[in-house]
Amino acid sequence: MTTTTDPTDKYEVVIGLEVHCQLRTQSKMFSDCPRDYFDREPNTLIDPVTLGLPGTLPVINEQAVSYTILAGLALGCRIPEFAKFDRKNYPYPDLPKGYQITQYDQPFCLDGEVAINADGRERTVRLERIHLEEDTGRLLHRDDGGKGYSLIDFNRAGVPLMELVTKPDLHTSEEAVVFLRYLRQIFRYTGVSDSDLEKGSFRCDANISLRTHGAQELGAKVEIKNMNSFRSVQRAIEFEIIRQAAVLDAGGTVEQETRGFVDGTGETVSQRSKEGAHDYRYFPEPDLPPLRIETAMVDELRASLPELPRARAARFESAYGLSRDEARTLTETRQRAEDYEAAVTLVGDLDLASTVAHWLIGDIAGRINELGRADAELIDTGITPKHIAQLVQLVDEGTITASTAKDVLGFAFDSGDLPETIVEEQNLKQVTDVHAIKDIVVTIIENNPKAVDDYRGGKESAIKFLVGQVMRETKGRTDPNSAADLIKTTIDS
Amino acid sequence: MSLSIDEVKHIARLARVNLSDAEVTWMHDQLASILDHFEMLSEIDTDEVPPTAQSFELTNVDRPDIAGASIARDSALAGAPRQEDGYYRVRAVLD
Repeated sequence: MTTTTDPTDKYEVVIGLEVHCQLRTQSKMFSDCPRDYFDREPNTLIDPVTLGLPGTLPVINEQAVSYTILAGLALGCRIPEFAKFDRKNYPYPDLPKGYQITQYDQPFCLDGEVAINADGRERTVRLERIHLEEDTGRLLHRDDGGKGYSLIDFNRAGVPLMELVTKPDLHTSEEAVVFLRYLRQIFRYTGVSDSDLEKGSFRCDANISLRTHGAQELGAKVEIKNMNSFRSVQRAIEFEIIRQAAVLDAGGTVEQETRGFVDGTGETVSQRSKEGAHDYRYFPEPDLPPLRIETAMVDELRASLPELPRARAARFESAYGLSRDEARTLTETRQRAEDYEAAVTLVGDLDLASTVAHWLIGDIAGRINELGRADAELIDTGITPKHIAQLVQLVDEGTITASTAKDVLGFAFDSGDLPETIVEEQNLKQVTDVHAIKDIVVTIIENNPKAVDDYRGGKESAIKFLVGQVMRETKGRTDPNSAADLIKTTIDS
Repeated sequence: MSLSIDEVKHIARLARVNLSDAEVTWMHDQLASILDHFEMLSEIDTDEVPPTAQSFELTNVDRPDIAGASIARDSALAGAPRQEDGYYRVRAVLD
């Protein structure tokens, strides 16, 4: 069963995604138990509602509802007037109640559409729905000399969890990853979730099936779980496409099942299904009255939407004369876009907008990367948009040279001092006074007779060497062009 | 009779209740009589009545997102049959 040919020559790949995303609320979905369990000892964020103790009743967290609708609006969803919660029953101890409160047939958000650019072309991915539910507890499986047992931590149980389901509109692993990155960006822009894959606040399952090109019916659907990074999503989908193609090529049929991705081997393996068919016996949650979503509330949330990355990048291109790549880089996170615009506003000169961009994308981005944290922003380097604005202005006014500016930035990172202060205290102002550097130029000419002879002999590049000497002597505070002029007039005179 | 003895044993197992044979018969008679009683409801013609899950006409009961406190782990775990290192311990569960 060697498949050296590209399976997509023969088969159309159909992928649908289910994304779970934890909301950034203060408290849990149905009680005031604190939500943020990261780095917390097991079972230290629990309360009677989380534990499903007899006599407790859930109460809906209004912020979680708002966040879900906000995310839906950002993704072009329709917000139905009525929504309700339902019980999904299943005998599994990750939720102590014996059921999960979720939404079955009346979720907060329906439909929706996302435009992505993958494999060099524009595509539309339709969304089926976004609903809200409670996350489950975490199970650890231990082995006790042959007889296994499980440990349960309920800190995560009851955390507001948004589930987004796409239509089967994706066809390649790259499309899937581009789509997921876009989703994460939107969730972060709107502030509804930190969507951190490593921490598990953004999780994804993929449904993959193959069918021969032109076939009407979808092939058997395989659900892939355990993909903990964008890289795993890509590898899992690619593995699964080849696996299913090989089964079909050999005349077999693909079994409808759930498979887990194993990072170490890059393969998907069949997961033993829970006993019997899934029958969740969904029914409307009797403890939670339904919700009527008022138009006024939806309008208010729509008005509160921030400018989203695509629109913002387009505006940056036209308003600030940035290239497409620059605009995209600067709008990658909302904070970065806001830092950029704040600096441009402080500079107050649109002609310098692209200079501000160059600093942010160049030296400053370099510094941010050095911090080695995926979520690091400008503020983490110790400087602010005001620092950038001053730096750009000091260069523009000719107070410091571009090379001095790099040093000033380095000092600013270390001390947090403003560039104006650094330039003043360290006496870094550009030497523009011809008389002030005249003596230095004379000395350098005297000490470098060979370069002077080379220049007299018509070797223009000898001037560059002499300018370099002046720059070194003045610690970069001289404008190289005026230094060159001064050297030439001094030698020629 | 609408309920079998085996169904009663199954329900008892799901509820983790140990019943003797005599208790199974006793519970069977009671449960069956309750089910039969509710059967009466199906005599009513509800074709024109839309289904509802709520008998109170409440909507939008929610709360502001303000965090309170967790309860102490020791007191939470105190009610568990088995615990280990701050976790609830249960029999092996397969993913």
